Amino acid sequence: MTAPGGAETGAKGDRRLAAAGATGEPLAGRAGQLMGEPDERGRFGSFGGGYVPEALVPACQELERAFRSAWADPAFKQRYRSILADYAGRPSPLTECHNLSKHLGVRVLLKREDLNHTGSHKINNVVGQGLLTLEMGKGRLIAETGAGQHGVATATAAALFGLECVVYMGEVDMARQELNVFRMRLLGAEVRAVRSGSRTLKDAVNEALRDWVASVSSTHYCVGSVMGPHPFPWMVREFQAVIGEEAREQCERLLGGAPDFVVACVGGGSNAAGTFSGFVGTGARLVGVEAAGGAALGPKGVPGVLHGMRSFLLQDEFGQILEAESISAGLDYPGVGPEHAHLAEVGRARYESATDAEVLEALQLLSRTEGIIPALEPAHALAWLVRATASGEVPAGSTVLLTMSGRGDKDAEHVMRLLGMRSK
Amino acid sequence: MSSPRLRPPGAGFASPAPAGTKATSFASPEAGVAPSRPTDLEATLRAARASGRKLLVPYVTGGLRDDWVALLIAVADGGADAVEVGLPFSDPMMDGPTIQEASYRALKRGTTPASVLSELRGLDVGVPLVVMTYANLVLRAGTKRFASELVGAGFSGAIVPDLPLEESEEWEHDAAAQGVQTVLLAAPVTPDERLFRICERSHGFVYGVNLMGVTGERQSLAASSVVLAKRLKATTDKPVVMGFGISGPEQAVAAAEHADGVVVASALMRAALAGAAAEEVGERVAAIRAALDRGHP
Repeated sequence: MTAPGGAETGAKGDRRLAAAGATGEPLAGRAGQLMGEPDERGRFGSFGGGYVPEALVPACQELERAFRSAWADPAFKQRYRSILADYAGRPSPLTECHNLSKHLGVRVLLKREDLNHTGSHKINNVVGQGLLTLEMGKGRLIAETGAGQHGVATATAAALFGLECVVYMGEVDMARQELNVFRMRLLGAEVRAVRSGSRTLKDAVNEALRDWVASVSSTHYCVGSVMGPHPFPWMVREFQAVIGEEAREQCERLLGGAPDFVVACVGGGSNAAGTFSGFVGTGARLVGVEAAGGAALGPKGVPGVLHGMRSFLLQDEFGQILEAESISAGLDYPGVGPEHAHLAEVGRARYESATDAEVLEALQLLSRTEGIIPALEPAHALAWLVRATASGEVPAGSTVLLTMSGRGDKDAEHVMRLLGMRSK
Repeated sequence: MSSPRLRPPGAGFASPAPAGTKATSFASPEAGVAPSRPTDLEATLRAARASGRKLLVPYVTGGLRDDWVALLIAVADGGADAVEVGLPFSDPMMDGPTIQEASYRALKRGTTPASVLSELRGLDVGVPLVVMTYANLVLRAGTKRFASELVGAGFSGAIVPDLPLEESEEWEHDAAAQGVQTVLLAAPVTPDERLFRICERSHGFVYGVNLMGVTGERQSLAASSVVLAKRLKATTDKPVVMGFGISGPEQAVAAAEHADGVVVASALMRAALAGAAAEEVGERVAAIRAALDRGHP
């Protein structure tokens, strides 16, 4: 495969990937419209919206007004940026992986969100929403968490801003991520076990929404990804856009332009949305990588409504939501952010998936070649890259930016068990 | 099912599905039944109100247990003016623990929207049926098809709490075209301007949500109930029915004082989940009916 556009053939005829623009170039004229503001109904194309009970409609409207006014206020932005710099350690570096590059035959650059305070990109979002909570005069934060990264980040922001904090976490995930449960408690948050449904991330979202309906006058729901009702998908992307802005500049300095490929993992899709927003107007090909067992944008995903948004979902013929299944609690979600559904539909980004086995291989590969232990979530992005370089989908000599959304410490015990089991 | 419960053909209802017909999927929606216009939910409730009666709308989770249709008949016979039938959804985010558990158990039994609707086809409980479900089940089937399925099963109204004003237009339109009235909900935090639009667009009745929170029994009636009921009554002459948190006769009477009636759900489903016989659940409805008629518990 020589033509870079040939990478599209990897899509295997998926109608959502077939549209013009997966190569970047044909969309150049339209790029300005992509990843801008959603329309007046809170939609990206036909996705998004505000499917919430009447009791939450005023709160979503209030939040939109508060966000619009804060985001247009230079003082707010300055405060947000300085906390990210002085507290979270931004800008995060761009690391060129010389050893891995040699191994894969492509030039790999990692955007190091794993080096942020709390160990992932989640801090960018919670600093923004924490400040907004203060602006709205609310004193309590609630959040859902899967792997615990967003829960830890929210607990951190709550401690920093002096807010009360309750984190909802599926009982299954609490067992998988015991250390993060302890970290949240150490940070002063209350962690509430969710025992309904599959007892994982989607049920934690349900429970947080139930709390919010009853507490909305005093409480802000700090949604952890580019999901939920409008304005959350847009607002969270804006708070994560710092990843893409920095990376774009760093690539400019290092490469003199955009890379050929921009790759990030996708659960709800916040690190991918933040990264893509910096490159959507360039010729870079955007690739989101889901967990094979939770690939809402894969062949099994169907448009539907869950958690306040219209997007692609894993569901049965009647609309009952199916359980996602992945070794990564952070990607264990049957839906995907609505803007990703839109980017897939118009063909500006493509969405692939990686299996648990490929992910474990990739995690070890990066650890050994670069001395960087990735979290299981970004290891999905890496796993796809390994496969795509082997198949030629990513041609030799390409430049690839990959967002290293979090560090692997939280998964070490889990991975140890998985690898131990495999070696027996 | 005793034969008097079957609607006579030509009486304005869909004729019963042929014996042995098993609708396992929405994929064949027609199933040989030519749907006709359903009853008029709002006209029925207005007439009941005009007779000086407070409205009582009990709720039953469709497919909750093997004898759920008997449960439905029992609550209707207990003195209901309409009955809400829940189509269980995997992620009922507006529901508290009781309805969550009822939905979960129904789904565990293999209940689907198709199975609930097919069990109702041809049944006449004597009062209008209103479906209560979540948006994804409606949209998965498609709004037109879902509405036609409802009509085929004898429903005349629908409540979809996660379709607020901004998202419900297409459904309201497609439902109305087939004679299904969409009941909209108003919450204590709903501002006046929205309250007005909700009352304009709601049909059948206007559903006042007593409190800020999910469904489920509460110790006492929320103070927000009376305030909202008065606001709704000052805004519309459509029937105003209050729901959420009504656990027994006392709260029902209190909630109905400034409104036209009440919905009772979790209190009944808690009994049903605990194994109460259909007649016992019907007696609970009858006790609330009697209290509403007396005007005091």
